Amino acid sequence: MRVTVHLTSVLRVDAEGATHVPLEVEDGTELRGVLDALAARHPGLDRRIRDEQGALRRYVNVFVDQDECRSVGGLEAPVHDGSDVRLLPSVAGG
Amino acid sequence: MAYLLVIGTRKGLFTARSEDRRAWEVTGPHRLDEANDAGMSPVYTVGINPRTKRLLAGTESWHFGPSVWHSDDLGATWTEPPSPPIAFPEDTDGSLTRAWQFAFGADPDTVFAGVEPHALFRSSDGGDSFELVRALWDHPHRVNWMPGAGGAAIHTVLPGTLGAGRQSPEAITVAMSTGGVYQSEDDGASWTPTNRGISAGFLPDEEPEYGQCVHKVAAAPDGSFYAQNHHGVYRSANPAVDGWSRIEEGLPTDFGFAMVAHPHDPDTALNFPVISQEVHLPAGYRLGAYRTDDGGTTWRAVNEGLPEEPYFGIVLRDAACTDGARVPGFYFGTRSGDVYATTDDDDRWNLVTAHLPDVLCVRATEV
Repeated sequence: MRVTVHLTSVLRVDAEGATHVPLEVEDGTELRGVLDALAARHPGLDRRIRDEQGALRRYVNVFVDQDECRSVGGLEAPVHDGSDVRLLPSVAGG
Repeated sequence: MAYLLVIGTRKGLFTARSEDRRAWEVTGPHRLDEANDAGMSPVYTVGINPRTKRLLAGTESWHFGPSVWHSDDLGATWTEPPSPPIAFPEDTDGSLTRAWQFAFGADPDTVFAGVEPHALFRSSDGGDSFELVRALWDHPHRVNWMPGAGGAAIHTVLPGTLGAGRQSPEAITVAMSTGGVYQSEDDGASWTPTNRGISAGFLPDEEPEYGQCVHKVAAAPDGSFYAQNHHGVYRSANPAVDGWSRIEEGLPTDFGFAMVAHPHDPDTALNFPVISQEVHLPAGYRLGAYRTDDGGTTWRAVNEGLPEEPYFGIVLRDAACTDGARVPGFYFGTRSGDVYATTDDDDRWNLVTAHLPDVLCVRATEV
């Protein structure tokens, strides 16, 4: 199935400037698998999104279509053919 | 001869250069990466390799995690290695929260990093990549090391010494909050707590084997140590043999964070007293440093050149340093964003710069 990962502007530097990254993944792949595929394509991106144990960074929001992933299973969130995955900084800082 | 002062703040990295250590040209905040503003967030630690003059900066991002950058041109340009330089192995339950301290080993490529959570890492390539020092991570005491108010961190790394007359390339001394002082005499293969005499008023046993909240340890040139504890200022010629002795008599408070040892005179050190664990304001609401020239037997205020009006920004644990020069310079920055410098032949502090974000760390060198 085909999934598109959309990158917020500050993450594009780690993806050779790409605004979005289309990925082909196996049917039934969950969000973790999508992020693994993204990491394989752009290794520098993964450190921004997940720590070295693979956990999502606290202040990065990952939307699968309209749902922030933490409300639909976290890294096990289901992803479907045609899904849009958006990586966004949450409301934090200072 | 010129001098470089690197200043890590709550909002980015600044550098200052001077020919005479009185007039300073300050630049920053350095945008380590123009694209994503890396480095505009807290910089809790900076390091200057004394042999190669490579600069290291431990940076954070609210959103995208911690990292380590380096500069080989004295701060003009910065590089972030393609892989995270400090990362816990998969078989640990750790993930890097923050780099707290860089320290440099006997050869030019050896760099140590004390980090949060409590761990020590070692680099053999100048800081491009680090490996976990397993023996300390696997230490049976680790489950009992608790977070201090600043976090669960190894914040002090002193390679090369275990005490006066016990200096060697295989010696490493670290300090942590909480946990206290641990030492290795075999290049990190085994570790022993050496806290005898240091108090821990927050524990049932007030002088435990380990568990103290040591805020900073400074190594004197003969290999002995000064320590600022969470209440209590200490001196030890040889912690494993002699333990630690209190030396705060003559200081206005026994609380504080920073401690700087003179690079050439083992009896001289600087301390920056703070009011109590609850208050965290400068002693007497006055910005000031205290200096001993007799190993802590007596202290005198060295405040010439500092503000005379009430002042409320304290000096944090790594926000004071020496440049190690033949006539050493001493430097400190405050949480109010002011940075001062003096030299050993001048008791007057000179303002380097004012109104920066909270100063978290400073390091200086001849260049």
